[in-house]
Amino acid sequence: MREIAVETIIDAIADACIDINCKLPGDVYQRLIEAIEEEDSAIAKHTLDVLKENADIARETMSPICQDTGMACIFVEIGQEVHVNGNLSAAINEGVRRGYEKGYLRKSVVSDPMFNRVNTKDNTPAIISYDIVPGDQLKLTVAPKGFGSENMCQVKMMKPSDGVEGVKKFILQVVEDAGPNPCPPIVIGVGIGGTFDSVALMAKKAMLRDVNSENPDPRYRDLEKEMLEKVNAMGIGPAGFGGRTTALALNIEWAPTHIAGMPCAVAICCHVSRHKEVVL
Amino acid sequence: MIKLETPLTVEKAKTLHAGDQVLLSGVIYTGRDAAHKRFVELVAKGEPLPFDPQDQVIYYVGPTPAKPGAVIGSCGPTTSYRMDAYAPKMMELGLRGMIGKGRRNDEVKAAMRQYAGVYFGAIGGAGALIASCIKSCEIIAFEDLGTEAVRKLTVEDLPLTVVVDSYGEDLYISGREDYLKGKANGN
Repeated sequence: MREIAVETIIDAIADACIDINCKLPGDVYQRLIEAIEEEDSAIAKHTLDVLKENADIARETMSPICQDTGMACIFVEIGQEVHVNGNLSAAINEGVRRGYEKGYLRKSVVSDPMFNRVNTKDNTPAIISYDIVPGDQLKLTVAPKGFGSENMCQVKMMKPSDGVEGVKKFILQVVEDAGPNPCPPIVIGVGIGGTFDSVALMAKKAMLRDVNSENPDPRYRDLEKEMLEKVNAMGIGPAGFGGRTTALALNIEWAPTHIAGMPCAVAICCHVSRHKEVVL
Repeated sequence: MIKLETPLTVEKAKTLHAGDQVLLSGVIYTGRDAAHKRFVELVAKGEPLPFDPQDQVIYYVGPTPAKPGAVIGSCGPTTSYRMDAYAPKMMELGLRGMIGKGRRNDEVKAAMRQYAGVYFGAIGGAGALIASCIKSCEIIAFEDLGTEAVRKLTVEDLPLTVVVDSYGEDLYISGREDYLKGKANGN
């Protein structure tokens, strides 16, 4: 067994929370710059210029790119030969607590969704998902998620007979419903298969892939390309003012499912698509 | 580019049209979900709001904490539809302008036509840049709400786009249509 100290985890999470809220990931930034070149509407080009300038200012001054520094979503891959010398979930939450305080990040979590919406004042609890994997490493993906875009995500339990056309229709409907609300240009993650709960996580993981990545299966890769083109023909554009660049990327993940079903989830992230991996 | 100063009177509001680019200066107020809930609760009890809304502009925003020496943290717009339930009442009380991002519902647009309201869009996700336009910031109510507390801001040349004007024209509809028409015509 390889031992990892909780203090190491706390520090890694705290630093990652600050870093990723102020520095737009390189792949997303590069894609924004390409989109400025490709854009054919003046107002859309201007909006994208503003977004690039904002990302530059945030990086240089270590200020949050967006005021919604999100719920801290942490994706954990823990090697089965790793032993943490304490409570891992508590360490992650402590890291979020310290990072959001030290980094002057916004605390956006309420303790109860309905009856008592009181701010917890330290942005905890984090949303943590665990995968146990072979090996002796601990991989932490820190992905703060704003709720402008989170509120626009949808899951649909489709029928097998809905087929590929049904999935295409659903993706376009989710983007249409979202319109200007999730701060386009957006990053879209699609999950197909699995179950009601797993398909949403799949969509989230697709959303967090590099914007230049492709599904290794050519059938799904072609669908990614086709649907990105279709989304970018909808005309919603940056900030919803009209234009080509409605989405920066569309990634699909899939999994085996039941004979009776074809679950589909569409996750939407704003252009401030934040995710940072730390391997301990 | 139109230079505009608050207070936003009916006369000024009526000169604005969907798609206009505006630089807004003067005093504005912040308020989002929790503050709006309290506003309508105060009104229901017959108590005054933390500020007189007559001809004022409200910015739907919850800023990040200010770093030492800074006026405010990052402060881009939040999605406005969550305030749709409260906006017609606010306009009935005199509120003239709203700043946010995203669609408004038909009830809000109808109230905007009735009360000469204007809905401005700030660019979502540009919070670091927008902070440079805020010259002063003071919490005037509901401090317990943290980021959702009501703040009085003095802004200078805050870049905004008129999204829905007092005539009911909506840039989210017309801007997209114009873009697609232009594409169809090969422009």
